[in-house]
Amino acid sequence: METIFTPWASLSGGVLIGLAAVLLMLTLGRIMGATGLLAGVIQPQSKEDATWRLVLLAGMATGPLVIWAASGAMPAVEVPVSTPALVIGGVIVGLGGTIGSGCTSGHGVCGMARLSLRSVAATVTFMIATGLTVYVTRHVLGG
Amino acid sequence: MRLVFTYVIGLMFGIGISLSGMANPAKVLNFFDIAGSWDPSLMFVMGGALITTFVGYRWVLGREAPVFAPAFGVPTARQIDGKLIGGSAVFGIGWGIAGFCPGGALPALGTGRWEVFAFVAALIVGILLAKFLQSIGRPEAQPAA
Repeated sequence: METIFTPWASLSGGVLIGLAAVLLMLTLGRIMGATGLLAGVIQPQSKEDATWRLVLLAGMATGPLVIWAASGAMPAVEVPVSTPALVIGGVIVGLGGTIGSGCTSGHGVCGMARLSLRSVAATVTFMIATGLTVYVTRHVLGG
Repeated sequence: MRLVFTYVIGLMFGIGISLSGMANPAKVLNFFDIAGSWDPSLMFVMGGALITTFVGYRWVLGREAPVFAPAFGVPTARQIDGKLIGGSAVFGIGWGIAGFCPGGALPALGTGRWEVFAFVAALIVGILLAKFLQSIGRPEAQPAA
């Protein structure tokens, strides 16, 4: 499935993601990591801990609705993989993101921005693993 | 007040993810498909987010403390170990199979698409599985450390 190259939308989206990460550190002193955020929602350490996580999550989920209100269309969600792939991939992402202490947002943005060597190592590792996996599923196994 | 800020920050993240294309598995997978239908957009997402966060963190982490919390909760671990690399490699395999990463999928819940809910439900199963594995691994790991 072909997608259109969107440098400006992607760049402005990236800047907004970065601003959100900076403001979360400024206000709550927290890393903007999606896997950790969700893990804390499932198993909150306290009522207060659960509250800010749920509020942050609610804000995130309102994002597409704002795009819809402003442009008349929801952001595109095109899923070029089968439902089993989506579900199996989801379990693997949750498993690896938790054992590896972070994902694209936590390591890839926040950790790399702090120049954490752990996060650089994690990001390089998962980018290579993702690239190889896409190569195998699309060009070796065929899709 | 704290929760109002928290909500607005979540909203900014959600709008950013929506604009960027990270909520769209087709776009994410095409970024990694250099040998096929390559779409370099995600490089701009990563670049924009990284530069903004790098500059912003310089300023924020130079402060004494966050506005609404007693201290910054910045990770202190430094060791690059098997868990970090192995976990990250596993994460990458899953991302390559599904096309969603957690940061892309959580805001995408707002689109109401069932595929996003299916992915997030599976994501929760994966997180709980990891927590379970960590809980049975911990008693052995402690004396060694």
